[in-house]
Amino acid sequence: MTLMTYRDAVARGIAQELERDDSVVFLGEDIGAAGGVFKATGGLLGKFGPLRVADTPISEQAILGAAMGAAMTGLRPIAEIMFSDFLAVCWDLIANEIAKTRYMTNGQISLPLVIRTGNGGGLRFGAQHSQSLENWAMAVPGLKVVAPSTPEDVIGLLAAAVRDPDPVMFFEHKGLYSMKGEVPDGEIVDTLGTAKVRRRGTDCTILALAAMVPRALKAADVLAAAGINATVVDVRSLVPLDTATILDAVARTGQLFTVEENPRLCGWGAEIVSVVVEEIWDDLDGAPIRITTPHVPLPSSDTLEDATIPSVTRIVDTVRKVME
Amino acid sequence: MPTPTDLGLPETPAFRHEVDAETELELYRSMERLRRFEKRAYDLFLQSLVKGTSHLSLGQEAIAAAFGASMRPGDWTFATYRGHAHTLARGVEMAPIMAELLGRGTGLMAGKGGSMHLTSVEHGVMGSYAIIGAHLTIANGAAWSAKLRGTDQVAVCFFGDGTTNIGAFHEALNLAATWKLPVVFVCENNQWMEYTPIGSVTAVPRPAADRASAYGLEPVVVDGNDATEMYGAAQDALRHARSGRGPVLMEALTYRHGGHSRADPAKYRPAEEVEPWLLRDPLVTYRAHLVRKGVDEGVLKAIDEEVLREVDDATESAKNAPQPDLTLIERDVWADGSSAWRN
Ligand SMILES: Cc1ncc(C[n+]2csc(CCOP(=O)(O)OP(=O)(O)O)c2C)c(N)n1
Ligand SMILES: [Mg+2]
Repeated sequence: MTLMTYRDAVARGIAQELERDDSVVFLGEDIGAAGGVFKATGGLLGKFGPLRVADTPISEQAILGAAMGAAMTGLRPIAEIMFSDFLAVCWDLIANEIAKTRYMTNGQISLPLVIRTGNGGGLRFGAQHSQSLENWAMAVPGLKVVAPSTPEDVIGLLAAAVRDPDPVMFFEHKGLYSMKGEVPDGEIVDTLGTAKVRRRGTDCTILALAAMVPRALKAADVLAAAGINATVVDVRSLVPLDTATILDAVARTGQLFTVEENPRLCGWGAEIVSVVVEEIWDDLDGAPIRITTPHVPLPSSDTLEDATIPSVTRIVDTVRKVME
Repeated sequence: MPTPTDLGLPETPAFRHEVDAETELELYRSMERLRRFEKRAYDLFLQSLVKGTSHLSLGQEAIAAAFGASMRPGDWTFATYRGHAHTLARGVEMAPIMAELLGRGTGLMAGKGGSMHLTSVEHGVMGSYAIIGAHLTIANGAAWSAKLRGTDQVAVCFFGDGTTNIGAFHEALNLAATWKLPVVFVCENNQWMEYTPIGSVTAVPRPAADRASAYGLEPVVVDGNDATEMYGAAQDALRHARSGRGPVLMEALTYRHGGHSRADPAKYRPAEEVEPWLLRDPLVTYRAHLVRKGVDEGVLKAIDEEVLREVDDATESAKNAPQPDLTLIERDVWADGSSAWRN
C-alpha cells in the first residue's frame, strides 16, 4: 500500500495503461511539458515521449476529433478536456459524433476512447469553471459515465475505461485532487458499472458521487453519534448504472437520500429515484429525498459557494429532519 | 461554351497529368455511376420511397470520382451528408446504398444511419457526417493514427464552401499543419451554402484557398468540373500527404446542378449563374474529351448501359428488400451489441 493523492493517482493510472498497451495515447492542452494545469499528468511526457503524450493547441473540437479518428483506426486515446465546463465547446464531437457513430453505422465503427475532465466546484472558480456536468453526459445514449471518489478508484476505473471498447466520460473532481488515500501496489483494474457500499447502516441509504462521497461519509459519522445509522453508497458509475447494488441498499433501509453536486433539474439522483420508486415502492418507508445544489449557476465567493453545494451540515440536517 | 475564366476557374490547368486509357474509362464509369445513381435517388425521393432527406452531388461528380480512382485501399474517406457520391466512388455497391436510402433492412447500415451517414469501413469509407465541420477534426485523428502506427495511409476529407466558416475547420487545419498529418482536405466549392451564396458571408473570395496561408499551407485551386485536372490534383495531393510533408487544403470549384436537398428547386439562384455551369457539365465535357481523343463511342455507350442496369437492379432490390427488424432499435449502442444502461 502507498498513501497517494488523487492527483498522483491520475498520472499513475495513465502511466499504467501507456506502459501496458502501445496503442494507448494521451492528448490535451498543457498535459505534457507542463504536467497539466492541475499537475495531475506530470512525468508522462518524459517517460513516454511526445508522440504518445501530445500537447495540443486550445482546440477542444480538434482534440476530441483527433481522439475519435484515432480510436476508429486502431488506437486507444485518452483525451483531456481541462475543465468540464469546456465540454460545451466540443459537445458536438461528444454528443453527435462519438456517442452515436457505432449505432448509426450499425456497429461498423468502435470508439475505444476516454475523455478525462476536471469537474466540480469548491475551488471558488465561479460559474464557468466549477460545474458538475455528469448529467449532461448521462443524457446521451452511447456514452459511459464514471466519476471516481478515491485515488484507488481513479487508477482502477481509469484502467477499466481505457480497456473498455466504448467511449467513456471520466469525470475527475477538481476538489479531490489533493485528497490522499491508500492505494495498493501493482496493477489496479476495476470494473465499470459497479457501485461500492462505503459504509453499512440500517436506518437509511445515502447515495453520493465523487466529492459528495467523503461529505456523505462525514455526515454519516455525525448521524451515527445521533443514533441514525446510514448506509453510504458511492455510485461511481452513472452509465452503466449498478441498480442491483443501489436497489439492494435502499430496500434494506427503506429510506433513500441522494447527495448531488449538480443543479437540481435532471440530476442523476432523479433517474435513480424513478427506478427506486418504480421497482421497490413496497420496500420504501418514506419519500426519497434529493439533496442537491439549487438550480442556479455556482457563485464564486467562498461564503456563497459553500452554502450552495451540499455540505456535511446540510446532509446531516436533511437526514435528521426526515428520520426523526 | 463558357470558358473557365468566365466561371472564375483557374486559367491554366495546373494539374495536367497523363491519364492512361484504362484510368480514363474508370473515371468515366465512376462519374456515370454517380450521375445515374443520384438521378435515381432524386426520382425515388419524389416518389416518397426515399424518405427524410437526401443531398445529391449532381454536377460535382468529377471530384469524388477523381479521388476514388486515386486513393489506395487502405486510405480513408470522410464525407458529408452529401456523401452518396464519395461512398460509391470508393467502390461500394449501389444496392446497399439504395436500400439505406429507402430505410430497408439490407441497407448499408441496416437502416440505422440513412442518406446522411453512409459508412462502409471495409471500403475505407469511415463515415458521412451531418454536423458541419466535425469530420475535419475526425479525419485528423485517422491521419494521426497512421502517423503513429507508421503506415502510409492518407485520410481524405470532403466538405463544402460553407464549412470553411465554422470553427472546427480552423481548429482542424491548424492541428493538421502543426502535427504534419497525412490528410487531404477537399473543399468542394459549389458556390452556395444551403440557400445563401458563399461570397455574401465570407471575408475572402476563395473560401478555402485564401485561408491556406494562415496555416502555412499552399493555396490549391482546381477546376472541379474537369475530371482530368481533378485526377491530377488528387494524385498530387495524395502523394504530398503520403510522403510525410503534411496536409493539403484543396479548393475544387464546382456547382451543384440541383437544389441543396430533398426536392429544393433552387429558385434562389439566378439563371445567368446556373446556365453557364450547366454547360460545363463535368460528365458531358469529359465524354466529349474522350471522344475527341479517339475513344470509341460504342465503348462509352456500353458503360452507360451497364451502369443503368446496375442502377435498375439496385432500385429493384431496394424496393423489394425487407423492412429492418425491430430488434435493431436496441442493438449496437455498445460494443457488446446491447443498449443496456443498467444491470
Ligand atoms: C453546424 C451545422 N450548422 C448548420 C447546418 C445546416 N446545414 C446543412 S448543410 C448546410 C450548408 C453547407 O454548405 P457547404 O458547406 O457549402 O456544403 P454543400 O451543402 O454546399 O455541399 C447547412 C447550413 C449543419 N448541418 N450543421
Ligand atoms: Mg456549398
